[in-house]
Amino acid sequence: MTVQEIGTPRRRVEDARLVTGRTRWTDNMQPPGTLYVAFLRSPMAHARINSVNVSAAKSRPNVVAVLTGADFADEQGSLPCAWPVTEDMKHPAHPPMAVDEVRYVGEPVACVVARDRYAAADALEAIDVDYEPLPAVVDMEEALKEGSPLVHEDLGTNKCYTWVFENGDLDAAMRDAPVVIERRYVQQRLIPTAMEPRAVLCVPEGDDFTVYSATQIPHILRLMLATVTGIPEHRLRVVAPDVGGGFGSKLQVYGEEVLCLLLARRLGRPVKWTESRSEGNMAVHHGRDQIQRLRLAADRDGRIRGLKVDLLADMGAYLMLVTPGIPLLGAFMFNGIYKMDAYSFTCTGVFTTKTPTDAYRGAGRPEATFAIERLMDELAAELGLDPIEVRRRNWIRHEEFPYETVAGLTYDSGHYEAATDKALQLFEYDKLRAEQADRRERRDPVQLGIGVSTYTEMCGLAPSRVLGSLSYGAGGWEHASVRVLPSGKVEVVTGSSAHGQGHETAWAQIAADRLGVPFEDVKVLHGDTAVSPKGMDTYGSRSLAVGGVALYGACDKVIDKARKVAAHLLEADENDLEFSGGRFHVKGVAEQGRTLQEVAAAAFAAHDLPEGLEPSLDAEVTYDPDNFSFPHGTHLCAAEVDTETGMVRLRTYVAVDDVGKVVNPLIVEGQVHGGLAQGIAQALYEEAVYDAEGNLTTTTMADYLVPSAADLPEFTTDRTETPATSNPLGVKGVGEAGTIASTPAVVNAIVDALRPYGVRDVPMPCTPERVWRALQGDGAPEGGPQPGAAGGLGSVQGGDAQ
Amino acid sequence: MIPAAFDYARPTTVEEACAALADAGEDAKVLAGGQSLMPLLRLRLAYPDALIDLDRVEALREIRDEGDALFIGAMATHHQVMRDPLVREHAPLIAKATATVADPAVRHRGTFGGALAHADPAGDLPAVALALDAEFAAVSAERGERRMPAAEFFVDWMTSALEPDEILVGVRVPKLGAGWGVHYEKFHRTAQAWAIVGVACAVRRGQDGVEEARVALTNMGPTPVRATEVERSLQGRAASEDAFKEAAQRAAEGTSPPGDLHGSSEYRAHLARVLTARALTAAAAG
Repeated sequence: MTVQEIGTPRRRVEDARLVTGRTRWTDNMQPPGTLYVAFLRSPMAHARINSVNVSAAKSRPNVVAVLTGADFADEQGSLPCAWPVTEDMKHPAHPPMAVDEVRYVGEPVACVVARDRYAAADALEAIDVDYEPLPAVVDMEEALKEGSPLVHEDLGTNKCYTWVFENGDLDAAMRDAPVVIERRYVQQRLIPTAMEPRAVLCVPEGDDFTVYSATQIPHILRLMLATVTGIPEHRLRVVAPDVGGGFGSKLQVYGEEVLCLLLARRLGRPVKWTESRSEGNMAVHHGRDQIQRLRLAADRDGRIRGLKVDLLADMGAYLMLVTPGIPLLGAFMFNGIYKMDAYSFTCTGVFTTKTPTDAYRGAGRPEATFAIERLMDELAAELGLDPIEVRRRNWIRHEEFPYETVAGLTYDSGHYEAATDKALQLFEYDKLRAEQADRRERRDPVQLGIGVSTYTEMCGLAPSRVLGSLSYGAGGWEHASVRVLPSGKVEVVTGSSAHGQGHETAWAQIAADRLGVPFEDVKVLHGDTAVSPKGMDTYGSRSLAVGGVALYGACDKVIDKARKVAAHLLEADENDLEFSGGRFHVKGVAEQGRTLQEVAAAAFAAHDLPEGLEPSLDAEVTYDPDNFSFPHGTHLCAAEVDTETGMVRLRTYVAVDDVGKVVNPLIVEGQVHGGLAQGIAQALYEEAVYDAEGNLTTTTMADYLVPSAADLPEFTTDRTETPATSNPLGVKGVGEAGTIASTPAVVNAIVDALRPYGVRDVPMPCTPERVWRALQGDGAPEGGPQPGAAGGLGSVQGGDAQ
Repeated sequence: MIPAAFDYARPTTVEEACAALADAGEDAKVLAGGQSLMPLLRLRLAYPDALIDLDRVEALREIRDEGDALFIGAMATHHQVMRDPLVREHAPLIAKATATVADPAVRHRGTFGGALAHADPAGDLPAVALALDAEFAAVSAERGERRMPAAEFFVDWMTSALEPDEILVGVRVPKLGAGWGVHYEKFHRTAQAWAIVGVACAVRRGQDGVEEARVALTNMGPTPVRATEVERSLQGRAASEDAFKEAAQRAAEGTSPPGDLHGSSEYRAHLARVLTARALTAAAAG
């Protein structure tokens, strides 16, 4: 019997417990004697802290301790930034709790530890902070001007760094170019919205500490907590129990994590903190926030000559774990799937008095993909070409792989023609174009637009030597170990840390498939540094392309060792053995064999093993990829735009993705659906809005609009399968593809609908009012809120209610 | 949810509820489903001393036929209201508008009376009640029952005419007879979001065109507002799309729409005109 698990659409085994919540969420855990922490946060964007008076709060009932930044000053250190992108990068100190100065709304300034949550929240209100307001810095372009107020006075500038990449002769490419498209696009600031808010529980046990955290990165967090607090690494255990999503927001070392650990040490009691949604909106790192100035030169036939990219990237008030590097992940992606002679990329990081930014689903690649895919549509419009045709004339043809791009990456494989052809067919492209022409002709108040996005992305982060060359502080390998237990059951330990991706199912499928054991016989362990001692965790669509490949290798090692044992037991030469369906047998003599379970029992008993072979059947692999992987695909979106109201309704969305070899099609489809929802959300709904004083006005989900299924069209998803050649599984990764591809597809569709009205851009999110204003020719007020804007629940302001 | 501390009472009759409310003093709040009050408690934007929870007052869930009107008990849930045969037959505008309120989870908890007493001009039901000339029944321990028309009930932004010791027990909604068509046009960015603008409208068509039109607007001022100029200019006009469009040009007159993240005041005024024309057309066709 052959076990075909890879490629099987299994339902995820972890979902029942995740969906019902009857599981190990951090907030569900309640060790005896747990104390509860609440943080007081700055209501000011920028201010000096003159004094913090906590005496009234301390006397509140059930309060155990009230502490300020000054109380932590000697032990809290500075939160780490692991990616100093240039040698002269400005790197300000980042105390977990503000001591002298606050630099964004939501920065912690004091905390209460109490016997219950209510007492902690009540006592916060009794803390009196005397702030001396300092000027807010909210606009990146203003922040770089001479004489701008400074976020960090001691740095003498708001400029964090400038990072440059150049290849080819851009001047020559631009000189006398018959077509030059020049655009300025804004990637609005987004708030990652994981289903589970952050939560931390720190439990002291003598000199040791266990930190439970809703994190994506237990391994990195352990090392960083040791570095920041001075608690030795071997005295720290970090557990990421079940974690309800992250999207990059839990790829972080948060001040709250450090402070809870320090509180547990100080008080000798377990302490727990769980954030509220509105607290999280202020204090979870934000994503995107770039101003992109772009110049694309092309020939009359549409062939691209060169591309110049000039970015301003908002760092926020401080540098967090990988803040400065995020926009640079886009540096290699602005050229997309296209060939060109020259490319120049400059990115300047800017400090503002806002929540720090960092990785958010796609991290740098969505911004780059948006820019190039919007430009390709603009180029098509300029030349009067179909947007598909202009792409065909520029993309890398399938026979040209492997292909070294102008940005210096080697794309190992791809088939853009096949994915595009399939998408066009599913979309009924010609039919929709005909309908569009008809609506234009009739001057229908509801116009139809078609948006194209032919994307690629780099994922499977990442070859360690590449990360090293980019000054990143760690490697990009991943670890897996496989243990065949004496009974023949299998334990898989992965360093990749699942937080919703479905590792427990997919990893079991890989192991079952390779080892020929039943799926039910495999258990996947992860997310605990005591259980999974080595790992680089989960982000950047790396789990399968790096961690899955490590597991694949570890399974092979197990089989190699088992083969030796089986050969010994069968008194045969190991080269004469065949392994299939979980059983070794002598070639041509099927009845003469041993199952893997029998071999495992023999390896455990160790009564009779080949000379020099260690007992037990297990193996481990630490895999470091030698290249990124490059998923790609073609997304097509049809949008109806009501020209009277500006309302956009997505009618049809087709996503054809090529993520290489697929382990579990259901999981892939789920990732694509979720990714599309988040990418569409950037195009239409989500924006973190700050007012001129630096107040975040989108602190609740009434103001920060996250779409639900009711707001999204039915997705048509399909795949082409061009295996990655850079790993033996042929897998590429799918965690971010949908998000990266969909944002430009949607905005291209909206602009396409409105081109006859002279509209060539609508700033994101394309709210009905912005679409309407673009139609009025006003140009929507960019980025910021409308005059008189305020947060609220339906209506503005608080008030009475029944 | 971590609100500040409050006292809590869960009476089972209107009398008990009124007594509990009177005892609790000025800073008590009535809890009627909690879909608006709970978020305010959670965000600590409201600090009531006491909550009087009407959830167990079964008498207030009744929807009954009073001949020329329906009486909808304040504690009827949105889910109950939108599926109620009497409401669907005699007050279809309420059924239609209620179906647009938030999402199924909210509609199973939230109540008709709670949404009205909340007096949020961004809520859908206040404008509907105004368009239908509904009458509000309030009871207090000290003064018994009094009734007031919708136009007097909505006083200001999130402020109703209820006295601190009064409980809204229900709303009397005159039945619409034959010849009426109704529509609620809600414009919002996501399914669960509040209306940026909403238009509640009822049109009675006769042989000579529009005999009566009622138009009330959601989120175009501190209270729901009747678009009286639209109503007046339609009287006796042909029930044509052109006539509706022309009349709808006056929809924003006399309004003071707010400006917020979801729409500026100017945009809301524009929307009111566009949506009123659509709502009238849809109502006349219905």
